Amino acid sequence: MSDLNAITEALISGDLDTLTTQVKAALDQGTSASDILSQGLIKGMGIVGERMESGAMFIPEVLMSAHCMGTAVEILTPLLAAGEASSAGRVVMGTVKGDLHDIGKNLVVMMLESVGFEVTDLGVDVDADTFLKAIEEHKPQIVGLSALLTTTMPMMRETVNKISSQTDRKALKIMIGGAPVDQAFADEIGADGYASDAGSASKLAKALLN
Amino acid sequence: MFTVIGERINTTLKKVKAATAERDAAYIRGDVQKQQAAGATYIDVNAGARIGHEEDDMQWLLSVVKEATRLPLCLDSPDPAILEMAYGMVDQPPMINSISLEKDRFDPMIHFLKGKECRIIALCMDDSGMPKDVDDIFSRAKTLVEELEGIGFKRNDIFIDPLIQPISVAAENGTMAMDAVEKIMTELKGVHTTGGLSNISYGLPQRKVVNRIFLSMMMARGFDSAIMDPLDTEIMAVLKTSTMILGQDNFCMNYLKAVRAGSIIA
Repeated sequence: MSDLNAITEALISGDLDTLTTQVKAALDQGTSASDILSQGLIKGMGIVGERMESGAMFIPEVLMSAHCMGTAVEILTPLLAAGEASSAGRVVMGTVKGDLHDIGKNLVVMMLESVGFEVTDLGVDVDADTFLKAIEEHKPQIVGLSALLTTTMPMMRETVNKISSQTDRKALKIMIGGAPVDQAFADEIGADGYASDAGSASKLAKALLN
Repeated sequence: MFTVIGERINTTLKKVKAATAERDAAYIRGDVQKQQAAGATYIDVNAGARIGHEEDDMQWLLSVVKEATRLPLCLDSPDPAILEMAYGMVDQPPMINSISLEKDRFDPMIHFLKGKECRIIALCMDDSGMPKDVDDIFSRAKTLVEELEGIGFKRNDIFIDPLIQPISVAAENGTMAMDAVEKIMTELKGVHTTGGLSNISYGLPQRKVVNRIFLSMMMARGFDSAIMDPLDTEIMAVLKTSTMILGQDNFCMNYLKAVRAGSIIA
């Protein structure tokens, strides 16, 4: 298991050379690709998310870790048997209608993917019908709504209302985020959760499915 | 001269939101007077945060702010109806914040602006989202200037916002903004450039250090306005010092005055 700790550490510190060396070494020693993925890499990104949430790590460092994660996953993918890359869950994500901002939403997508979620990113300026269509097509357990503008907060409420009225809400959690919103707003519009940054969003997504 | 658009009267800020909800005129008046004393050129007023109350809040804020200062105001709303009401309340030509190329927003804003005596902040945003490179920013700026000139605006009344994006998510976001400002200021001669400076440091620690140095580097490329907090004494010191270094402070008089007033300290 010490190999996997070294992988986790290299991932957290964004040390790409050490990470690829350690991943190859672990494979040579017979550790399975799926163990490296789940107990080394995904575990590492979980820690990265926590440190981002607590303010110990900053966005560029998180992006560096995610970049390392992507490279390591490329090495592992051909070695994973079908179905072995088990998914933490499916998420449909987008910035609501009228709002064209995507930086925060992209960070959340990146963190969710890094901890094992399959994410369908609908982009920006997404109306409620497009969310509904994607929910029907991808059958996610979670829908994520983002907004940066105070002027698009009402659109977030409308989107939640429409999703709630036209889907089986027991099987679908809605999480929201973005500069103008908070937990109180999430409660008010009937969303299941609010996250203030990408790190807490990945933690929230996992918690919502438990 | 550098145009400082004081950003503090905005209901997304907790204290302003509370003061507005409680109709605490003394708080608003005090803040505006501090911004004026610190060197603001315009006082931005945004009442958008309390959903469903923008019209009442804007009306009340303007009634307080215009009595508190001799400075012109920057009316900050995406809603032309609110802007129409606000425009009717001010005593001197305001700045309007803002127009963009987003279709739902552009046509009503042009309709509102036609024939008005005001200055305008024009965002380099269109329906495809945030600009991706310098050419993207410049072509949007050019379209905005052509459209605004088409309804009678003078270049001196147009403030182009190139949309500053965080350096934490893409290393080239700093140079993209600086290169765009230079291109706009040379190829669209006569317009101004402005923007929310602090966007550059989103996601980084010690943001104020980043903001200050970025302001200085942007000014070297022609940036001549910012939407900023004039009560941030360090950034105001950087502003005055950069103005002097750029040769725009005759005999260094404003720099020396600021030093003697204790507002520039090494």
